[in-house]
Amino acid sequence: MEITFREALTIVHGMFFGALLLLSFAGSAIGLYAISASTNSWTPSLSQRNFLSVYLAVMALLAWAAVLLGAYAIYPWYRAHPPAGTLDLTGYPQRLLLSNAATAGWHDIGMEWKEHIAWLAPISLTAVAYLFAHYGTDLRFHKPLRNAAFCSTRAGLHRGVCRGLLRRHAQ
Amino acid sequence: MGDNSAPMRVSGPGAAAVLAAAIAGFALGVLALAADAIPALARILNFWNLTGPLSGVTDIAIIAWFVSWFALSRRWVGRNPNLQRVNLAAALLLVGGLLLTFPPVMDLLQDK
Repeated sequence: MEITFREALTIVHGMFFGALLLLSFAGSAIGLYAISASTNSWTPSLSQRNFLSVYLAVMALLAWAAVLLGAYAIYPWYRAHPPAGTLDLTGYPQRLLLSNAATAGWHDIGMEWKEHIAWLAPISLTAVAYLFAHYGTDLRFHKPLRNAAFCSTRAGLHRGVCRGLLRRHAQ
Repeated sequence: MGDNSAPMRVSGPGAAAVLAAAIAGFALGVLALAADAIPALARILNFWNLTGPLSGVTDIAIIAWFVSWFALSRRWVGRNPNLQRVNLAAALLLVGGLLLTFPPVMDLLQDK
């Protein structure tokens, strides 16, 4: 079994950074809810609070790593223009998708949308990490901020899932 | 550390972070649509040729994020802004940004 350099980098982008990020959402949701629920909330020790703070920061870093690797390493391969007269477009995914009316939509929806909405995940997750680092358990006293943290986390998850599904089908 | 007494920190910094993230999302949508609709702008936003206009769209959206976060933090330092209004504005901006990046909506707005 052989894997090219491009395939390896794409795997790192999607299956390492991306998949690890998606898996981490469950833990963040549970931790944020447990700490910031307005009744019967969990009061973590300092080390537990720091652990969750680092956890959320690492989530944001994973999102940034996935997005930056995707935009500046993998996306150029995707959108590469073939030399004039090229008949085999397998090495030029964007052109390959656009060459057939049946698959052109996968470029429009699968890639053109994904390449933009992907950036909202690291931005929103950075905000969530900041909110928890700054407020910690005080989030339970700021219900709108707590709700914003939950919504931002959930939105990051949705965008991550969309990215994965859209990329998978576009391929 | 938090306890069951009154909140220890004002909500201003948090509100700034939330709204700034939403502003970044909306800026991303506006720039994506503009780059798609105006070829000359797309060329200007082509900060790195291999990535194309996406490089400029996202770089400027991130700059807008940082600038708005800094400005809002300065404005709301030590204050408790109306978080309901902040969250509503943030939600509208984020939804707007998402819609503006959605290709069928982009095509609809450009009458394609």
